[in-house]
Amino acid sequence: MKVKINAERCQGHGRCYDLAPGLFGDDEEGYGQVLGDGVVPPGEEQTARLILANCPERAIEIL
Amino acid sequence: MTVDDRFEQDLMETVRDRVIDPRSAIITGPVSDWATDFSHAEPEWAADPYLIQDELRERCPIAHTERFGGGWLPTRYEDVAAIAYDTDRFSSRAIIMSNVRPPLELAPVGGVPPISSDPPFHHDARKLLLPAFTKTEVAKQEQATRAFCHALIDELQGQPVIDAARDYAQHIPMRVIADMLGFPPEDGPQFREFVEHALEGVNAPPEERVPRIQKLFDYLLTQIRDHVDNPRDDLTTYLINIELYGQKLAPTHVAGTMSLLLIAGIDTTWSAIGASLWHLAKTPADRERLVAEPGLLPTAIEELLRAYAPVTMARLVKADMHWNGVDMKADDWILLSFPAANRDPAQFDRAGEVVIDREINRHAAFGLGIHRCAGSHLARMELRIALEVWLERFPDFSLADPAAVTWATGQVRGPRTLPLRIG
Repeated sequence: MKVKINAERCQGHGRCYDLAPGLFGDDEEGYGQVLGDGVVPPGEEQTARLILANCPERAIEIL
Repeated sequence: MTVDDRFEQDLMETVRDRVIDPRSAIITGPVSDWATDFSHAEPEWAADPYLIQDELRERCPIAHTERFGGGWLPTRYEDVAAIAYDTDRFSSRAIIMSNVRPPLELAPVGGVPPISSDPPFHHDARKLLLPAFTKTEVAKQEQATRAFCHALIDELQGQPVIDAARDYAQHIPMRVIADMLGFPPEDGPQFREFVEHALEGVNAPPEERVPRIQKLFDYLLTQIRDHVDNPRDDLTTYLINIELYGQKLAPTHVAGTMSLLLIAGIDTTWSAIGASLWHLAKTPADRERLVAEPGLLPTAIEELLRAYAPVTMARLVKADMHWNGVDMKADDWILLSFPAANRDPAQFDRAGEVVIDREINRHAAFGLGIHRCAGSHLARMELRIALEVWLERFPDFSLADPAAVTWATGQVRGPRTLPLRIG
C-alpha cells in the first residue's frame, strides 16, 4: 500500500500530518507532503485509510 | 535610502466608499419565515442556529432572504462545498453579509486580502502569509501560550464562578495575535471593540459604521507608523517590507491584512474555546472522559470544531444564474454556513450529536477550497493548549446558570458570557 497527495486538491488543512506524522509532513507553506516513498509500513494500513477518510479536500489517494 | 511614505495619508480617504453606500435598506426584527426571510443578525439565530438550519435543510435547502439586499443560505454540505470551490461564479469581494456591497473594482483584491481576494491575485497574496502560519511555525508559540493560560487561571483561582468566555477564552487569541503582529498586549479591550463592530454591527447605519472603521484604521496606522520607525521581528514589519510583483504592498493591503489577522485571529478562536468549554460544562460524561484520557483531546477537538464550528463566511454571486434550482442575481449574498454543512446527516453519521471520539470527521470548520482558514494551525494549537490547561487546573466544572450564557450574533458564533461553577 502506498499513499499519495493530490497537490491540486490539497489546501494545507494538515489533517494528514496531524494524524500520521510518520507518513506525512508539512512543507514551508503548510501543504501536506508524503514522507519518503509513501509506502505504508505493514500494520499502518488502517491509519492510512483513516487519513483518507479525514482529509476535508479528499486529496489523499491510496494506491 | 528612500523614506517609506506610504502610510502618511489617512487610509479612510481610500476606504470610505466601501463602507458607506448601503445599497440595501436595513431590515431588522423577528424573522417571519426562515426559508424566505432568514437573518443571521437576529437573536433567535444567535441562540440556536442549528435547529433553524436542520429544519431548512429538510424543507428548503437553499433558503432566501430579501434582507441585506437579497441573499441565499444553503444548508447542505454538498451545496456549501460546491460554492466554496466555485470561485468563478462566487466572489469573495465581500465576506461579511451586510447592507453594503463594496464596489466591483475592489475585486480581485478586496478590502482585507487574502480572505477577500479572488483568483489569481488571491494565491499570491495568500502565499505571503502562509509561512508564518504553518503547524511547524506556530508550534514555536506553544510554550508561551501555555504559560499565558496558566497565568490567566492563577488570577481566577479561588473564585467559585468564573466567566470563562470573558475572563479566559477571549484573552488567549488576543495575546497570541498581538504578539504575532507586535501590538501592545494591553490593547486587548480595543481589539474586542473592533471585533464586535466588524462582525456584530452588520445592521448598524453608516453614520455608526464609518467612525468605527475609522477608529480601527487609525489604530492600525498608529501601529504601522511605529513599525516603520522601529522595525522589529513581527508580522507588521514583515507586511510593511514584503514585496509582491516586485513592489511593496499598497498601504490599504497592509492595513487590510492586518485588520483581517487581528479580527479573524481573535473572535474565531475565542468562540471555539468558549463553545468547547460550554459543551464540556453541560456534558459531564465528555468532561470526565477527557480528564481521564487526555490523549483523546485532539480527536475531541475536531468533533467540537465540527459541531460548534464558529465561522460562517459570505460570498457575492458574480452574475445572474440558475443554480441548483434557484435563480440567483448578480450581487446576491451567499451566507456560506460551514456550521450547517457540518451538521448535514448526508455527510455525517449522528450529525446532530457530539461524539467526542469520532474518528472519521471530514468537517469544514476551517472552510474548503482555496480560502481554507490560513490560521487553522494556530487556532488548533490555541484551542488544544487552552483546553489542556483548563482541564488540568479545573477538572470539575459545570454551567453556573445556563440561562445566563449569551452567544455572539452574526457570522462568528461563540459564547460571550459563560459563567462556570468550579468544583
